[in-house]
Amino acid sequence: MSEATLEGKHLHLWRGERHVLRGVNFTVAAGQCLQLTGPNGSGKTSLLRTICGLSYPEAGSVHWRGEDIRQDLPAFHAQMTYLGHEPPLKMELTARENLKYWIGVRRRSSDREMAQALEQVGGDRWADRPVHTLSAGQKRRVALAGLLLSAVSLWLLDEPTTNLDVDGQRQVGTLIAEHLASGGLAVVAVHHALQMSPQGLHTLELGNG
Amino acid sequence: MAEASAWAALRSAAGSQGPAVPSIGSVARLMLERDLRLAFRKASQLVQPMAFFVIVTTLFPLAVTPNLVQLRRIAPGVIWAAALLSSLLALEFLFRDDAHDGTLEQFALSGRSLTGLLLAKTVAHWLLTGLPLALMAPIAGAALGVPEAAMPGILATVAIGTVTLSLIGAVGAALTMGLRRSGALLSLLTLPLVIPVLIFGARATQLAIRSEAYRGPLLLLAALAVLAITLAPLAVTAAVRINLE
Amino acid sequence: MNWTWFHRLASPPYLYRTAGRLTPWFAWPAAILIFAGLIGGLWLAPPDYQQGDAYRIMYVHVPSAWLSLMMYGIMGIAGGIGLIWRMKAAHAVAASAAPIGASFALVTLVTGSLWGKPMWGTYWAWDPRLTSELFLFLLYLGYMGLRSAFEELQRADRASAVLAVVGLVDVPIVHYSVVWWNSLHQGALVFLGRRAMPFSMTVPLMLMFVGFTLFSLSVLAMRLRAEVLNRERSARWVREEVGA
Repeated sequence: MSEATLEGKHLHLWRGERHVLRGVNFTVAAGQCLQLTGPNGSGKTSLLRTICGLSYPEAGSVHWRGEDIRQDLPAFHAQMTYLGHEPPLKMELTARENLKYWIGVRRRSSDREMAQALEQVGGDRWADRPVHTLSAGQKRRVALAGLLLSAVSLWLLDEPTTNLDVDGQRQVGTLIAEHLASGGLAVVAVHHALQMSPQGLHTLELGNG
Repeated sequence: MAEASAWAALRSAAGSQGPAVPSIGSVARLMLERDLRLAFRKASQLVQPMAFFVIVTTLFPLAVTPNLVQLRRIAPGVIWAAALLSSLLALEFLFRDDAHDGTLEQFALSGRSLTGLLLAKTVAHWLLTGLPLALMAPIAGAALGVPEAAMPGILATVAIGTVTLSLIGAVGAALTMGLRRSGALLSLLTLPLVIPVLIFGARATQLAIRSEAYRGPLLLLAALAVLAITLAPLAVTAAVRINLE
Repeated sequence: MNWTWFHRLASPPYLYRTAGRLTPWFAWPAAILIFAGLIGGLWLAPPDYQQGDAYRIMYVHVPSAWLSLMMYGIMGIAGGIGLIWRMKAAHAVAASAAPIGASFALVTLVTGSLWGKPMWGTYWAWDPRLTSELFLFLLYLGYMGLRSAFEELQRADRASAVLAVVGLVDVPIVHYSVVWWNSLHQGALVFLGRRAMPFSMTVPLMLMFVGFTLFSLSVLAMRLRAEVLNRERSARWVREEVGA
């Protein structure tokens, strides 16, 4: 397996009648985080969905470890996790059950790992309550616990700090920094700049094309 | 930092595709467990199609005649029309919630076979609607003057027929999952496609009630189910991917 | 085999111009053949010894039934091509074919029941072919309904294409199950039986078959041009084409 790098090459994407991405290029290497900024509608979410292979670009391609992701999407997906605007949670299930079914499709995780992930996001106290009784910030934390549990190299995050308090926002910064320090990669769409050390942090400004 | 390195160690284990990747069978079981658990937490969605089935079948004696001999003649049609409409009613919920909260997106990005995951969901849907309908059909039949000897036949035909209904219905449900109000459209898409199920199902039921051999139409019904199991999951997967794009 | 013509068809301006060039080549022979077929069918052909003059509606009914199927085939195959090769031009073809096929299905249903009145004494006798034509018509309505339910054109194209392909597999099954159903409940009602028709009756029917087919292709080409223009309305070539 070659070095973990993510590259976007000349990505063009149309959304309906709008040409949202006009030849976007980027490279993210191991230990680096690319932060996507830009006004609403500038294509941050579209770019993330194109990187993870949900949307097809009109032109251009995304490469993972030097190969076009379209060559082997399942293998690429096994090494990445995408978190969208909303945490992918079932309101009727508890936080712990949600993690069990969500992550259980991808990999076998032990109860100890799950407890550790929940503790790390500060969720050990409400892990057995149905998700609909949790606050928006707590739901976001469950999603972050899932992100840790999925144990992948590439994180694709869409506004991960939404609904989090100052403390939580700082925590997201710490999680990403730790992920990078251990050789991980991240692409993060943000409204407000991430609160983390600038080491390994790059910014791609969208919406001026 | 100790915690972070623990996740990194996990990652390298997962990266080598070692024993951490669960087998397809255990994932399918997990999906079934999840959907059944969800259904029982939201019992109203589970009960509504059944209640609807009961109401539709009781309409006919009230509207036509309470005479059991006459009811027996229309019983196959009543049972099958009611089963068709009830399973249609349940279809609207099949992918709607999972599409809305991002679960399907996570399925598509899990690195596992999306077709397999969606097929597991469809099987869960059949267990939650098709099977109960099959168990209800003989009861409804009894109320329509169907002799007891015909009950196993009715149960078998409805059980096999609803397999096809769930699978073809899943195509319609997947195509319309992103639309705000899809009820009427879903019926318009699905009903013309499932006409063969209605024809063979009603015929087998009719023969069972007359205590004649119903194997022929029952086998045709099974053939439709096999064809649907083979092809419908591919269409469902394509439809889900299109709606996630 | 050289596939460049196929790839060139994927380019909207080329498709637009090709469809425009083809239209008269379909339309004029269609007009001549249909005119000749009508003269032959309505005046020259002798009355049927059983049905009298009522059978003459066949000259509209049978070609319409054929075209309702052919247009479904075009729609399904174009949809499949669009899905597999992500070819937008194919989706434009499918979108243009659907209303034409639906219209022919409706014409088939109306002429069939008009024919039924003198034949069976009722407009609707659950004839298996008319019944499965009805389901075909409903399938067209579902297809067009699904297409119009999406706001985004790409998604409408691809979702309706999945439905069209599923229908392609299902239409024969529906047809034969309806025939099977009908054979249980009544002896087959056949319009003309299996006896051979005299030459003077078959020739106009053939003329109408070919004429209707060419007519529908000319309508398809015209609709396709409108569809391409509408889809590409913000493209520069459209402004040049229309402005000039």
